[in-house]
Amino acid sequence: MTVGDAVGTDRLEDTLRRHRDQGRKLLIPYVTGGLDPEWLVTVEGLAGAGADAIEIGIPFSDPMIDGPTIQEASQRALDRGATPEGILADLGHLRIGVPLVAMTYYNLIAHAGHQRMAGMLAAAGVSGAIIPDLPLEEVGPWADAADAAGIATVLLVAPSTPPHRIGAIVARSRGFVYGVGRMGVTGEQAVLADSAREVAARVTAVTDLPVCIGIGVSTPDQAVAVCDVADGVVVGSALVRRLLDGEGPLGAVRFASSLRQALDAAGRTSR
Amino acid sequence: MSTHPPADTTVPGAIMGDPGPTGRFGEFGGRFVPESLVPACLELEEAFRRAWSDPSFRGELDALLRSYGGRPTPVTECTRLSRELGVRLLLKREDLAHTGSHKINNVVGQGLLARRMGKHRLIAETGAGQHGVATATAAALFGMECVVYMGEVDTHRQELNVFRMELLGAEVRPVASGSRTLKDAVNEALRDWVASVEDTHYCLGSVMGPHPYPWMVREFQRVVGDEAREQCRVILDGGDPDVVVACAGGGSNAAGTFAGFADATSSTLVAVEAAGGAALTVGSPGVLHGMRSALMQDESGQILEARSISAGLDYPGIGPEHAHLAAIGRARYESAGDEEVVDAFRRLARTEGIIPALESAHALAWVLRVAGSPELPTGSTVLVTLSGRGDKDVAQVRDLLRAGASGTGG
Repeated sequence: MTVGDAVGTDRLEDTLRRHRDQGRKLLIPYVTGGLDPEWLVTVEGLAGAGADAIEIGIPFSDPMIDGPTIQEASQRALDRGATPEGILADLGHLRIGVPLVAMTYYNLIAHAGHQRMAGMLAAAGVSGAIIPDLPLEEVGPWADAADAAGIATVLLVAPSTPPHRIGAIVARSRGFVYGVGRMGVTGEQAVLADSAREVAARVTAVTDLPVCIGIGVSTPDQAVAVCDVADGVVVGSALVRRLLDGEGPLGAVRFASSLRQALDAAGRTSR
Repeated sequence: MSTHPPADTTVPGAIMGDPGPTGRFGEFGGRFVPESLVPACLELEEAFRRAWSDPSFRGELDALLRSYGGRPTPVTECTRLSRELGVRLLLKREDLAHTGSHKINNVVGQGLLARRMGKHRLIAETGAGQHGVATATAAALFGMECVVYMGEVDTHRQELNVFRMELLGAEVRPVASGSRTLKDAVNEALRDWVASVEDTHYCLGSVMGPHPYPWMVREFQRVVGDEAREQCRVILDGGDPDVVVACAGGGSNAAGTFAGFADATSSTLVAVEAAGGAALTVGSPGVLHGMRSALMQDESGQILEARSISAGLDYPGIGPEHAHLAAIGRARYESAGDEEVVDAFRRLARTEGIIPALESAHALAWVLRVAGSPELPTGSTVLVTLSGRGDKDVAQVRDLLRAGASGTGG
C-alpha cells in the first residue's frame, strides 16, 4: 500500500511515475463496475494486493473492443441495473489510496455531456479515463474537459499505429500510455503476442510517460515477459473471468497477488 | 499525413458532397473507432479517394454493374395502384438487380476496392441477409474468402438467406450477444476486423460506421438516384417527381436515392424508418459503431434494441448523413408500423404483380397512408425506391397472416 499520493490533475501520472522510478513494475487490474454484489470488496482487495492503479469498467451495451469475457461481465452488470451514476457513487465511498481509472465507451460520456461526466468522475475520486472508441482525432473536446476537471485521458497505441501517429498520441495522453498488446479484442491468450513487446518498445522509445500494456496479457509469466520492455501491465479478462466463474473477491485478489509477486521477483533481477 | 486529391464528386457547397478528411456531415459522422482500426480506416479512405477519381476504376465498376449487376434497373409506372391512390406512383426497381436488392451496387464497388488494396477476405454484417448474400456474391465473383455475421434471431427469420450465403461459399456466423440482431452483428464484424485487418476488408453494408464508410457507401449507391432522376425526366417530360421516398434502416438505399435528387432537384425527400427502429423519429444524438448519429438509447446512453418485422430495418441507429439531412431539413424522416407494412406488401403484390421486400414495403406503406393528404396531394408524382424483392419474406408473411387469421378466428 502506498501513501501520500498526489491529488488533482496529475495524481495518476505522479503515482505511476513514482512507483516506476522506485524500480517497481506497474500492475493495473481491471474490474467491471457493478459486476456482482461484492465488486467494491474486490476493488479494495486489489488495492491491498499491490495494484498501482485500478481500472473500473463502466459497462456499455455495445462494447466494440471487448471479447466474450468482458462482454458477459458488462451484460451481467447492466442486468443488475448498473449505471454510470450508480457505479461512480459507489466508488466515491472507497478510501483505498490507489488511483482509479474509468474505462468506458464514448457514448456514455457524450450522452452525459463532457463537463458533467468529467465532474462526476472527479467527484467520485477517479483520476483517469480510458475511452477506447475515442481515438486521437476525436478526443479533443472530451480531453479538454477532462484536463480541466483533473481527469487524465489515457490514449492507446496499437500494433497497427504507424510511427508518426505514436508521437502525436503520446503527446496528448495523460497519466500513462496504454499499449494495445495485440490486434484483437480483449480476452485471455495462451501465448503472449510478439506485438505486445514490440508496441512496448516503440512507445517507450518516444515517451517518458509510463507505458502499460493491456489486451492479451493473461498470466504472471506473460506480465513478466512484457514488462521486460514495458513499465507495467493492464490485466482485465483473466481477472474478470475468475469473477464470472464465481471465485469472488478472494479469487481475484489471489490472482492479482500472483501477478504482483511475479512482477516484483522479475523487477529485482532487471533494470 | 498525405494530402488527398479531391474526389470528382466534390461540388463546393453540395448538400450531399464530400465530407472531408474528418468525415463530417454537419455535426454527425466522424471516426469513433479503437486506435487499432484507425490506420485501416485511413488507408481505406485514401484508397477510395484514389479509386473514385480514377476513370479506370469507375469504368470497371460501371461495366460490372451493367454486365453482372443488371444495371440500369428500370423505373416502373404503377398504373393500377396510381389510379387507386390518386397519385402518380413510380418505382425504382432495385428488386430487379442481381441478388435481388440494391446491396449489389455497394458490394461490387467495395469488392473491387478490396482487390485493389490487396485484401483477400471479406467480412460483413447482415440483418435481413440481403447484404450478406450480396457480399457472399461479390466474394465469389472476386475469388475471396467471406465471413458474414448475422444475429441469431435473424438467422432464424431469414433461414433461406443463410443457405444462399452458404451456397455462395460464405461462412455465416450467428451472433448470440446482445439483442442478437443487426446491431450485434456489426459489433461482431468490427471485432473480427480488429483482429484481421491486415488481410481483410470489412464490407460494411450501409451508410453507417466510421468514416469513410457512410460517404463511400453512399457514393457506391448514388447510381440508384442518378439513374432514377434521369429515368424520371424521360417519363415526366423533363420534370422531377414531387416526392422521392425510400426506406431507411442504416439508410443506404435512401442515401443513394437522395444523392441523385438532393442537389439536382427540388423534390421533397422522405425516408421511412421502421416504427420499432426509428432512430431519427424518436432517437437522439449519440455515438455507436464508429459514428455520431441519431440513436435509440436510454437515459444513460445504453443502446436500445430495435424491434421490427423487417430484419433489415432492425437497427437502433441510422447513417450520419441522414441525421444531417434531417437537421438541415433537406429530407424528412417518417416511420411505418408492422401492420401497415404487411398491408403494403400485399397490396403491391396484388395491384402490380410485384412482391417487395418488407424493408421496401415501409416506403410504400407511408405512400399508402398519406396519398391524397396534404403531404402527398392528389395528382402529385411520387418515386419510391423499391430497394429489394420480397421472396425472402414470403414465408414470414405467410406465417404472420396465418397467425393473424387463426387469432381472429379463435
